[in-house]
Amino acid sequence: MSADTHTVTGQHLSWTVADTIVEVTLHRAPANEIGLETLAELEQLVAFINDGAGGARALIWTSSVKAGFCAGADLRALYHEWVAHEASGRSEAEAIGRVRSFLDRIHAVMNALDMAPLTTIAATHGVVFGGGFELALTADVIVADKSTRFAFPELRLGLIPGWGGIPRLSRDVGNAVVRDILLTGRSVGARRAHAVGLVSQLVGRGQALDCARQVAAQATRFDPRTSRVAKRFTKHLPLARLEEEKDIFCELVASPVVREALARFVNDDGPMPYLPAASAKA
Amino acid sequence: MATSQSDILPQLITLAAKRFEHDAAALKGGDDFFATLGIDSLQALDLLTDLEDHFDLEIPDWELQGVTTFDALAAVIGRRL
Repeated sequence: MSADTHTVTGQHLSWTVADTIVEVTLHRAPANEIGLETLAELEQLVAFINDGAGGARALIWTSSVKAGFCAGADLRALYHEWVAHEASGRSEAEAIGRVRSFLDRIHAVMNALDMAPLTTIAATHGVVFGGGFELALTADVIVADKSTRFAFPELRLGLIPGWGGIPRLSRDVGNAVVRDILLTGRSVGARRAHAVGLVSQLVGRGQALDCARQVAAQATRFDPRTSRVAKRFTKHLPLARLEEEKDIFCELVASPVVREALARFVNDDGPMPYLPAASAKA
Repeated sequence: MATSQSDILPQLITLAAKRFEHDAAALKGGDDFFATLGIDSLQALDLLTDLEDHFDLEIPDWELQGVTTFDALAAVIGRRL
């Protein structure tokens, strides 16, 4: 093994380059919720990739947090920012402008990760929800351990996924699967995700990272230029749909339904905030 | 192997006890599994995955809303077998 190792340690994510593989670890407790700070670190990672990724030719995403890969957007931060904005007396248009600005930034990150000129592998376990699912969908290959559950719970909040999830999921699997996941908000287990082709390899609990390392090692055996060309040939950015998604999200986010759903989520001290609301509560 | 309705509860309790390191013999059908096992909704999803694998079925997670006892969870599974 080469002694050429490069490590960058952030508050919410870190990465290490060893040989020709960069391994990115999400490590923000409790469930790698993504807010402004994580976004800033993701932007640093993208800059690193754009700068050549230390010579790496494959990238692995993993999480060291027990709850799972990533539970998505930091809804508590979003809610508190919204409340603070309302209290400040500033306009709704300004608030939506801030949401749009955030979306532009996270879309730029997701698009860059999606089209990164190296083979990317997501090693997942536990919850892969909302924005976490959207992050996993930027990977070329998903390796899931049996504890993995994928979900787009956004409709429970009166929203659609806003970080490119639907255009990317539609690109990768059949539309009936997309509608099932999106319109019911249900979580889908790794077995099912494997059966529909979303997950490339299904492995036992705790085995996803080892398997992803094997996939990465295999992917780096080929001629680098050929691998890049092959990726470009088989993976395209659904740009028009991604822009449309941002518009829809900004249209929906101002609804009182969203405000109420976020408040319900944030103030829910019961055991089930990650499960769909029962009809009596909805 | 076919699973009868009466078999579900003991299998469910065994799985839950193993997953969350409890004594299966101390768990009863009427127990609130959130309280008894000391788990949250994310951990409940972990149990859901175990159940889906073990019983070879899929349970939409909205069917777990309002379900708090092992008996009620066994009934949810029974409707899917």
